[in-house]
Amino acid sequence: MKLDALTTSNGEWLRGTGPEADIVMSSRVRLARNLAQYPFVGRATEQERTEVEQFLHSRLTQVPVGGKLEYLDLGELEELDRQFLVERQLISREHAEAVGARAVAIDAQEQVSLMINEEDHLRIQCMHSGLDLHAVWDQVSAVDDEIESVVPYAFHDRWGYLTACPTNVGTGIRVSVMLHLPALVITRQIDKVFRSLHKISLAVRGLYGEGSQAFGDFYQISNQTTLGRTEQDLISQVADVVPVLIDYERRARDFLLQETEQNVHDQVSRAYGILRTAQTISAEETMQLLSRVRMGVLLGLIDDIDVAGINQLLVRTQPAHLQKLRGVELETKDRNIERARYLRQYFESKAADVN
Amino acid sequence: MRCQQCDKQAMFHITELETGDVREIHLCEDHARVYLNQAEANGEAAEGGSSSGALGVGQTAEELSELDQKVCDMCGITFFEFRNQGRLGCPHDYVQFEQELEPLIANIHGAVEHVGKRPQRAAPAPGAEPLPTATESLTSVIGLRKAIREAIEHEDYEQAGTLRDEIQQRLDAWRAAAEPARKVSPEQPGTAAGESG
Ligand SMILES: [Zn+2]
Ligand SMILES: [Zn+2]
Repeated sequence: MKLDALTTSNGEWLRGTGPEADIVMSSRVRLARNLAQYPFVGRATEQERTEVEQFLHSRLTQVPVGGKLEYLDLGELEELDRQFLVERQLISREHAEAVGARAVAIDAQEQVSLMINEEDHLRIQCMHSGLDLHAVWDQVSAVDDEIESVVPYAFHDRWGYLTACPTNVGTGIRVSVMLHLPALVITRQIDKVFRSLHKISLAVRGLYGEGSQAFGDFYQISNQTTLGRTEQDLISQVADVVPVLIDYERRARDFLLQETEQNVHDQVSRAYGILRTAQTISAEETMQLLSRVRMGVLLGLIDDIDVAGINQLLVRTQPAHLQKLRGVELETKDRNIERARYLRQYFESKAADVN
Repeated sequence: MRCQQCDKQAMFHITELETGDVREIHLCEDHARVYLNQAEANGEAAEGGSSSGALGVGQTAEELSELDQKVCDMCGITFFEFRNQGRLGCPHDYVQFEQELEPLIANIHGAVEHVGKRPQRAAPAPGAEPLPTATESLTSVIGLRKAIREAIEHEDYEQAGTLRDEIQQRLDAWRAAAEPARKVSPEQPGTAAGESG
């Protein structure tokens, strides 16, 4: 099945290409849409949820949405495979863990993902590597138009697109960029940056972990409001702030190099050392250390590996990816041993390449 | 930990200090926003004595409980259930609870009017009748489906059949109206109605 092919590809969000890819990991836009003729997912009967899934499935195969779509029934997938799709950012954690009829359709490039029966009947997501919000919007809007030609969306003249939660009503749009901000974290400026973002009503959340505790210094910036402004406006709200954050992060990186080079070189080298020699290592620690090493590579402090390789490791050392690569299901303890082995093998083979 | 109002992960852990009482609140990001917005508006109203703003502000307990009992004609959700779950029951709720939702939505978004993209069927082909962008006629099907379930419960199969036909008619009417507006005409007109009775 297609999931196995995905295991060895890198996924869009960690491809590590596109504008400003040293800091901007990915750009993403998702639209929340619902069918007019059914209750929202949370209130639908089992029968109705199944009908929604079947209706959308039949309709989505009628429209040319960015080439051929792979349609996956989430109820039929193993838990490990659902977890894999979450790590890939092709479905949400809630979507993976929910019960009842639900599905996802994914295009071959892994840019478009159509989530069926998540919190809303349909969530259209498009994601590109690097900073590319306007192209992402063009793509997601075109997909939305195609689907709209065959599906009666719930729409109200005054409230716009109707969603299960009033926080999404209107445009139903969530615009987000994933940033790698290690230097702002090290120089302790990150909280100040977040406070200023909250003031202009943008949300910040870490990639993993609760609250603002982000593993690996990856942060997602997104819009909070969805009503009363056009999609273009809401995209600009996020897009306009990103160059400022990039500038802050670059300056912080320069500062680290100029003022504390020995210190930062030491930190980066230690991180690299642990990754190459550890015998057991958690996903969180791996991500934390890879983040430091990634910065070290970008600062020119490490020169025997490249950023693309680090990005690949960031994906492949996550629990479901690791297990799928190894072809076995593993308990946490065994996973940590296997992860350390995977990392050592990777760096050894890199060293062999260089020699 | 799960959000108290839905089953997302709780990202916000709020400690409320009320007279002599400490209350822990655990909410997901969306619900925390709603909660904090309400708290803020409540605070503002208390200071300024204004009765505008968040839901419940300036309303007596009696008015509130009356409001909570409002029911959606289509999906049957009560306003109370919505306030507890933070999720609406169906698209019709935005019509049925329009007045009640307005202050809440104004708090969340700072706006009460959609200005973005609209379904393309709003712009019909030249010479064609404009289609209503609002989808109320289709949303009414939700109520009919509920009525079918009730009829079957009462073993009134004739009534159930009549209602089923009614649903089919409304869906057909929508499709007939929508199809000329489509950019590409379908290869097989009138394929899967999507209503598996
Ligand atoms: Zn919640
Ligand atoms: Zn309803």
